Amino acid sequence: MLKESLRMSLGNIRANKMRSFLTILGIIIGVMAIIALITVMESATGEVTAQFESLGTGKLTVQAGGTPLKQGLRETDLRRIEQLDNVSGISPSLSQNISVVWQGQLLEDVTVKGNGYAYFRKNPTAVEKGRPLVPVDFDQYSRVCLIDSELAHELFSGVDPLGQQLLVKGTRFTIVGLLADPDVDDVMSQMQAMGEDGSLMMPYTTYMRLFGVKGVTGLEVYVSDSDRTNDTVEALEALLDECFNYHDGSYSVINMEGLLDVMDTMMSLMTNLLVGIASIALLVGGIGIMNMMLVSVTERTSEIGLRKALGAKPRSIQIQFLMESVILSLLGGIVGVALGLLVSKLLSNLMNIAFVFSPGAVALGVGFSLAVGVIFGWAPARKASNLNPIDALRSV
Amino acid sequence: MTSLHETPFFQMTDICKGYPMGDEWQPVLKNVNLTIEKGEFLSVLGPSGSGKSTLMNIIGCLDTPTSGEYILHGRRVDQLDENQLSTLRNREIGFIFQSFQLLKRQDALANVELPLIYAGLSVQKRRQRAEEMLCRVGLSEKLHYMPNQLSGGQQQRVAIARALATNPSILLADEPTGALDQKTGRQVMALFRELNEEGRTIIMITHDVKIAANASRIVRILDGELSEGVVEDA
Repeated sequence: MLKESLRMSLGNIRANKMRSFLTILGIIIGVMAIIALITVMESATGEVTAQFESLGTGKLTVQAGGTPLKQGLRETDLRRIEQLDNVSGISPSLSQNISVVWQGQLLEDVTVKGNGYAYFRKNPTAVEKGRPLVPVDFDQYSRVCLIDSELAHELFSGVDPLGQQLLVKGTRFTIVGLLADPDVDDVMSQMQAMGEDGSLMMPYTTYMRLFGVKGVTGLEVYVSDSDRTNDTVEALEALLDECFNYHDGSYSVINMEGLLDVMDTMMSLMTNLLVGIASIALLVGGIGIMNMMLVSVTERTSEIGLRKALGAKPRSIQIQFLMESVILSLLGGIVGVALGLLVSKLLSNLMNIAFVFSPGAVALGVGFSLAVGVIFGWAPARKASNLNPIDALRSV
Repeated sequence: MTSLHETPFFQMTDICKGYPMGDEWQPVLKNVNLTIEKGEFLSVLGPSGSGKSTLMNIIGCLDTPTSGEYILHGRRVDQLDENQLSTLRNREIGFIFQSFQLLKRQDALANVELPLIYAGLSVQKRRQRAEEMLCRVGLSEKLHYMPNQLSGGQQQRVAIARALATNPSILLADEPTGALDQKTGRQVMALFRELNEEGRTIIMITHDVKIAANASRIVRILDGELSEGVVEDA
């Protein structure tokens, strides 16, 4: 019986190709819009999340302007932060451009950075050759440094830089390691101002002593267990309050993870809103289907009457018409999904973001169109099944 | 002959049918009594407005009477619900309409298969049965013709084949020659008589005395009242 209904429905759709196509156009557009929106939004969210993650999750960024009396965090403050629960290490952002001398050669514009050893723990691939900075370097204010490939190239073409000694601000530093070239996609390293002649990295304790820096204003705090980040933020803020004597606006703690959450929430809110708007197209499409089905019922009144006279039960008439509207809207849904995926692929290429195939969106599109077919086909099918065969037969 | 000897084959007792018309009750059928034996060829003769269509609808189980008792093939049908009536129409009644009522997008074979779909037959059985019926009415060469490729007489033959398909107890024809020319009409009537001779019970509704004369028994309906035999001066 179902197979018969299916055959009859397909026959009728085929007999009215143009009308059927125009009818499902609304569904096609609605589903296409939903698929394209969800897919593009998901792709964009993925992109933004990836960028945020490259900025660093599992770490807190502290901006400590300090008070008029105490600018930035002292070395002792930094030590206390390192001791906090769930903090795996810190890395102050200290840098300046300065000249560097090796065997009488002078490079004028070298970026010198003071880092924490945690930086190397966090980025195991940061060191290409030699060794990273280790805690003992910090405790002993060691005069050691790592250089990047640009500086190595400028100064030591043909010479192994490891173990060589440089003069930085008149002090002799031993090169213990070579820094790897940063990932091109790493937004963080792209954002950092680089000296023309490359850069050099030393323990922040050594840096502070060398340049007479009393206070650190920028700092990254690494968290070991990111699930407990919020607790750590509280503990850190309590400590910073204490450091700055509870002075308002003396510091701020930026939690990347928190930002990411906010971002995610905003993106999904946006997606829901857009999908809501796109659903209006689907609703209009559904009304189109209902309209066509009602016309079809009226047109085929005598056919319905005949079928009933020949023994069709109201239920089989209803199934036949419901089937027809479901097939129509499903057809629209499938075409809409295909077009939607195509459009989102084009859009993501155009926006230069990675295309993310979303099975959920496809299921949603197909499900929506199925629901539309059932909901908007119900009333016309019901009308057809309730036709009185006597009246229906008379209307020739 | 029938195994259902205690219960009649076809019996209508005091059938009344009326419709509300404003505040008044408009009676259409008044105490109709009609008994038909299996194998009879009966004409119901009456002018338009006499109630013959209403009677046909009740005989054809398309409608139920307001009061009275209707027994078809040994079964009371006056109080059945819509689904039961559908099944009954499918099994017991073979409709033949004035305007043929063929589905114009389906070929002759598919049209004859239609009642068999609702009878729940398999595709092969349906096809086989439909072919047999089309052969029976002399259209074995036209199985896959569309209705608009057939003449009026041929279309009516397809409709008769369709009516025969489920092997119903009665063939119920409503002005079967109304849309046909005289010659074709006579051919269709010849086919009816043949079918009757094979043992089919036929009830034919018509306003045409000449057509009614083809039947072995004629009842007249006038103003909702049924009377046996032709009144000569009518």
